[in-house]
Amino acid sequence: MQFGIFSVSDVTTDPTTGHTPDDTERVRAMLTIAKHADEAGLDVFATGEHHNPPFVASSPTTMLGYLAGVTKNITLSTATTLITTNDPVRIAEEYAMLQVISDGRMDLMMGRGNTGPVYPWFGQDIRQGIPLAIENYALVRRLWTEDVVDWEGKFRTPLQGFTATPRPLDGVPPFVWHGSIRSPEIAEQAAYYGDGFLHNNIFWPMSHTKQMVAFYRQRFEHYGHGRADQAIVGLGGQAFMRKNSQDAWNEFRPYFDNAPVYGHGPSMEDFTRDTPLTVGSPQQVIDRYGSFIDDVGYYQRQLFLVDHAGLPLKTVLEQIDILGSEVVPELRKIADAKRPEGVPANPPTHAERVAAARAAGETGATHVGDGGDEYTGKRAEEVLS
Amino acid sequence: MTGTNGNPERTVAVVHAGLGQPSSTRLLADRLADATVRELEALGHEVTVEMVELRDHGHAIVDAMLTGFPTGDLARDIETITRADAVIAVTPLFTTTYSGLFKSFVDILDKDALTGMPVLLGATGGTPRHSLALEYSLRPLFTYLRADVVTTSVFAATDDWAQAGGEAHDDGGSSLPQRIERAGRSLAGIVSARGGHTKTADPFSSTPSFLDMLGG
Repeated sequence: MQFGIFSVSDVTTDPTTGHTPDDTERVRAMLTIAKHADEAGLDVFATGEHHNPPFVASSPTTMLGYLAGVTKNITLSTATTLITTNDPVRIAEEYAMLQVISDGRMDLMMGRGNTGPVYPWFGQDIRQGIPLAIENYALVRRLWTEDVVDWEGKFRTPLQGFTATPRPLDGVPPFVWHGSIRSPEIAEQAAYYGDGFLHNNIFWPMSHTKQMVAFYRQRFEHYGHGRADQAIVGLGGQAFMRKNSQDAWNEFRPYFDNAPVYGHGPSMEDFTRDTPLTVGSPQQVIDRYGSFIDDVGYYQRQLFLVDHAGLPLKTVLEQIDILGSEVVPELRKIADAKRPEGVPANPPTHAERVAAARAAGETGATHVGDGGDEYTGKRAEEVLS
Repeated sequence: MTGTNGNPERTVAVVHAGLGQPSSTRLLADRLADATVRELEALGHEVTVEMVELRDHGHAIVDAMLTGFPTGDLARDIETITRADAVIAVTPLFTTTYSGLFKSFVDILDKDALTGMPVLLGATGGTPRHSLALEYSLRPLFTYLRADVVTTSVFAATDDWAQAGGEAHDDGGSSLPQRIERAGRSLAGIVSARGGHTKTADPFSSTPSFLDMLGG
């Protein structure tokens, strides 16, 4: 099982000091957090994509492209890439570029985005959220797997003889997850393609998560990608840890009470009971997260939200250290012990996907054309001169 | 067997937003439930009544509004209501309409939770002058939720409780007990004619297949 962190990139005032980072400070904090996660031995760093304050992460591939150059082992991902409001042509191009730059050390997660006003800023309508997610992703896949694409749909201008560049690394597209909290249509989409499904359950009770994951697994098997228990599943998570449980509760409570989503609502006692939020000692986090396999079956990726609600950077880095040194090594042992025969330990790596595609004779071209563009009539030299 | 349409078991969920102890809203809810049960039993049904008191869930309802999901006893009671064969919903009228607690509860229900559900409405108020609140605010609310709202709804003002059972109302209208009887009979008739528990246990059974979505 992979363990990592994901960030929503919120700019939130630290309720204990009144300090509010500016956008630059917050973006740079995210870079520091990602590099630290790599050094601490975590497997994944995923950034959200948002186009409205108080969030700063508007450009995931810029951030992840930089991180590809300054990290060594960590898989770079998104949580999520907006499949609804981004032009699918740009998604195909940008993530193929990131795949090449990171040498395949990336994947991405598609999500719809749930903020109505954002859609028209990008020429779309939230009422078409699901149809946009379906059509746009179908096009992204074609642009990655077919070298020259003729295409016509409802939501963007048609394409004739279009080639997205760069072609995917080794002719094999990145692995894709689909994230959804409430919409079974998205679980159905993930199952249809045999893609991964991540249920970001951080604000939800496990009873709901179980239902969604079980539905995806059953549909994954229905579409012939393997057994239900072989489907690729991810979960969200949220923890705050100190050596002594009571210290964790005392330190985290003001952040919880003022947090943007659940602040001024349920008590921390209720919320830690009803959702995966775990506040306490590292052992308590190990016990809780080690049990989720019993609820949803063996899964391949566990992401933690650690840098939100105004927590200072220093505290976030300490949380990553605790995860890397105390929690994740134990969770790995538990996960390995609970993994059934024939169930993938991790989501597929680029190398595994290349090997599988070669075995099936399904690798695409890594370059298309002879240097000329028959539609604009220009060669590279003409553009330069 | 024709009168019970197969399965004779019926569950009636009663939800009320009364705050006092004792509560006249609870009293009206009980009376409406009793009238409905009597009539259903006369039609050959075995009836279970589930009582949901929203006052018990005051904090949980606000929490659910803020977090997006109900938990614990509130989640259990919502499940009870949405799986019932009929719902009796009763609220006190505050400032011309249903109480904030009652509306907040309705707001956290899934938009499809009451689709097709037989619903009997009741309300209590200080004076008879507010009796039409049932028609201009409660009924449209449940019509929006696509509930099957019984034609007779029952308003009980403070004065109504003083009225003797069989007597006509001072203004010539029927007495509160008569209206309760009529309302219970209407709800029972609808519930009896339907089969019991048709709600599916699979929340995803209506999810379209991907090929339909791709083609649509």
